[in-house]
Amino acid sequence: MRLLLGTLFVLAVGAVIGLSGTYFALKRGAAFGALTIGAWTAWPKTGTVDADPYARASIARIGLLPTAVGDGITFAAESDDKGKPLDGRCDVVVAGITPSARFWTITLYNREGELAANSVGRHGFTSQEIVRGADGSFSIVAAPRAQPGNWLPTGGIERYTLVLRLYDTAVGVSTRAGREVPMPSVTTRGCP
Amino acid sequence: MIRWALLLLGGCLLGGVVHIATIIMLPRTATRDAYARLEPITPVNTVTPLPPPTSDAAAMPYMDPAFASAICRYDLSQGPMKLSVPVRTAYTSVSFYTNRDVAYYAINDRAAGRRVIELDLMTIEQHNQMPEEEDVTAADRLIVESPSLTGLIAIRAMAPEPGLMPQAQSAVAAAQCRRSDDVKGSR
Repeated sequence: MRLLLGTLFVLAVGAVIGLSGTYFALKRGAAFGALTIGAWTAWPKTGTVDADPYARASIARIGLLPTAVGDGITFAAESDDKGKPLDGRCDVVVAGITPSARFWTITLYNREGELAANSVGRHGFTSQEIVRGADGSFSIVAAPRAQPGNWLPTGGIERYTLVLRLYDTAVGVSTRAGREVPMPSVTTRGCP
Repeated sequence: MIRWALLLLGGCLLGGVVHIATIIMLPRTATRDAYARLEPITPVNTVTPLPPPTSDAAAMPYMDPAFASAICRYDLSQGPMKLSVPVRTAYTSVSFYTNRDVAYYAINDRAAGRRVIELDLMTIEQHNQMPEEEDVTAADRLIVESPSLTGLIAIRAMAPEPGLMPQAQSAVAAAQCRRSDDVKGSR
């Protein structure tokens, strides 16, 4: 009886720890080699054959095709520079410059990776569409209501993810966070 | 007391094993990964343009709406493949994925350096079996070795402005992927 009870206890503890560990690792995207600059995080190795088991499991669970290293790199931001989760009911300003790349795009997705529905059908900007200041820097406002300049409509959803993709860029596996990779700042300006 | 502490320790160790095993097993058993999503809508060894992602429907999550894309789902068991992609818009890229969605190669229009990106795709064994002289005359041919027999080629053309999207879509629709034997036979 004691042996049976002990065995059941070990199995139960093993199952709970093992499965919850897997669940949280995939939910948080716990692959190795993360490159975090400000609010932005990329996993350059995910786009190579060296992708670790965590990255592979995460790709399979989400169901996307990762950006290959020869193509570009994908940065995602789920919260602003202060760590506040991005809220579609607030005005969020993405301002500054990007690392050098032939093209870049910025896109707004809901937490499931779907484009956020909005009345004007705009889901992002490309580097060519953007209106820039005299010094070449840009400022995008993600907000529920129309804004002057580069307005990225959020559709008023509660939580969203901003994805900045750099195409044909030197930023990759060997890049270290630092001054050579300037990323735009993400600031929550005002919430109703 | 000590007995329960030991059992707890054993449970934690087992938990570690379960965790690692599930992480490694997951890509093999995933039924909603990109390959499984694309398999029913993409015929094998031909280029299928994907509908542009909208807020209502998308072939895959996290697709870039600034790009027109097409997929060639390949099967190399019958022999090597040839791929050609016309370069018409600002930026065109071709990325190769195994049947487990691992990106093993990618090239863009500037790296290819022509008006058309032309590639031969084959397994490592098929590359080794290639006649020597053919390898020499084909020095300017780009040969990509696939680590798996089946996989996906993602062909993507950028529309820097929404007005250029039709042009990008026609470029990816004009891409061709087919068995090398068929290409030779048609000449």
